[in-house]
Amino acid sequence: MTIQEWFDKRKEAQIERRAKEMRGIEDANPGLWTKCVHCDTQILKTELEDNMMVCPHCDYHFRINARTRIAQLFDEGSFQEMFQNILPTDPIGFVDSEPYTSRLKKASDKTGLDEAVITGLAKIEGFGVATAVMDFDYMGGSMGSVVGEKVTRMMEKAIEMRIPMLAVTSSGGARMQESALSLMQMAKTSCAAGKLDKEKILYINLLTEPTFGGVTASFGTLGDIIIAEQGARIGFAGRRVIEQTIRQKLPDDFQTAEYLLKYGQVDIVSKRKNLRKVLANILDIHSSTTKNENRGN
Amino acid sequence: MGVVLDFEKPIAEIQKKIEELKQMSAESGLDMAKQIQTFEKQAHDYKKELYSKLKPSQKLQIARHQERPKFLDYVNLLCENFIEFHGDREGMDDRAIIGGIAKFDGKPVMIVGIQKGKSTKENLEYNFGMPQPQGYRKALRLFRHADKFGLPIITLIDTPGAYPGIKAEETGQGSAIAVNLMEMSKLNVPIVAIITGEGCSGGALGLAVADRVMMLEHAYYTVISPEGCASILWRDASMYAEAAKALKITSSDLLQLGIIDAEIKEPLGGAHTDYEKTAKNIKTAILKAFDELEGLSVEELKELRYKKFRSMGEFIEQ
Repeated sequence: MTIQEWFDKRKEAQIERRAKEMRGIEDANPGLWTKCVHCDTQILKTELEDNMMVCPHCDYHFRINARTRIAQLFDEGSFQEMFQNILPTDPIGFVDSEPYTSRLKKASDKTGLDEAVITGLAKIEGFGVATAVMDFDYMGGSMGSVVGEKVTRMMEKAIEMRIPMLAVTSSGGARMQESALSLMQMAKTSCAAGKLDKEKILYINLLTEPTFGGVTASFGTLGDIIIAEQGARIGFAGRRVIEQTIRQKLPDDFQTAEYLLKYGQVDIVSKRKNLRKVLANILDIHSSTTKNENRGN
Repeated sequence: MGVVLDFEKPIAEIQKKIEELKQMSAESGLDMAKQIQTFEKQAHDYKKELYSKLKPSQKLQIARHQERPKFLDYVNLLCENFIEFHGDREGMDDRAIIGGIAKFDGKPVMIVGIQKGKSTKENLEYNFGMPQPQGYRKALRLFRHADKFGLPIITLIDTPGAYPGIKAEETGQGSAIAVNLMEMSKLNVPIVAIITGEGCSGGALGLAVADRVMMLEHAYYTVISPEGCASILWRDASMYAEAAKALKITSSDLLQLGIIDAEIKEPLGGAHTDYEKTAKNIKTAILKAFDELEGLSVEELKELRYKKFRSMGEFIEQ
């Protein structure tokens, strides 16, 4: 083995490890115990779940899916799903190593979802919000026509009801399989965010692990207030693309929520367990600007 | 002929023969006009045939051709009295995005575009047409100037994508593009955007939320570079030709999908073979677009622009 091969192999192993980390807990042992991908400590799965999927030993925040996020973030029983009747199609007949239609089906089977975003109305400590929550497990949380449309409709709903909009993002970016139509979802959702802005409807972004590409470069960062969950990786270009372009090693904490806070790109970094409180505080202070003075209705 | 693309080699061969015949004719005094004419017709017919059915991957090569006209070439051919405005007012003048005021067909406009170089030296100056966040912010500053003084906006786009770098991330590459998408939808003046070469991803869209979006015949416009797409979906960047085909990146595909409003014809052999003719076609297309938009009130203009992007996307509604 040459030194170069050794380095390549080592790099591959690193990438594999990182990929495992991305998948979080799902690929861990199916038994009662799991291992924290960050500190390697054995944790009881129930203990992890009770701790909002945050490692009780090292505070590592595992990536969570949209349903779990909804359950954690909103008042119990307050979430009313909307626009679940909007479903994906295969507009350009895309086939790579596998047809897009079969990827869609696999994603649905895997997640039990119809698309990479769940939209609806919800309450946080009694304050009503219109919300869109993305799910990374559905095709990497990628934004195609359905994600763009549902997010846009939810923003329009927020304007109609004059309640704040909360977008919870977790996405690799635009969905390649819908090509330019996906690219146009960036324009569409940004134009809709422009309407929120014009109508002075409070718009909050909650950036969660991971938020990249076309979502960062559109509705994901157009909020009046940008909150990032602790440890979340957020950026425009992926780490590997940057490394390949500049041929330099990147800082370990590059593109983390904390790194972005240091560079002035987000307003607040919050631990998962504090998110409800942080959001409720913001909604309370802003309640005079929205219909939320009717708290609890 | 400068750089010869691989698929153009047969034409180059015939042209070489023509040159040889011409030289022979001059040296020997023999009249070879007829033979030369035959070969010239042959070259032309072959070229016509070839260019009528270019593969997406071949269009990629033309769109990226080093000698393809760049933004400043178009500015010189399209406008009079161009005055460049520099900088984002926050510490940087990104050279990948250039813009300023000018006279276009005798009328004042704001023209902004992405600049690439034709040599390594130039490409280093313009960062290979890959803007930093500061470039998008400079563009927005110029758009606001146009908005304030009622100048129609022309944007010309030619980029392999927004720059993926450390500083770009630290200074908000994503949000710089996002803000442009949002703010362009609110501008009170007509906007015409043209993809002249590479229209890659958010980096291109950041200047393309326009009332009319047009593309040169051999330009391409896509959500991700075919190489990037191939390396993710095929796990092999060398599969880029397949990806280019699957992504539907050509002007005719995008016209059909309703992503662009018009295709602007290029001279036979591509824009690089005749700058003046290409610029003339672009000028005609811009004039037509401005003409169509002229009768609209500011409110109608903005409403139509919103609806244009609002209606994009295909899904099933049950």
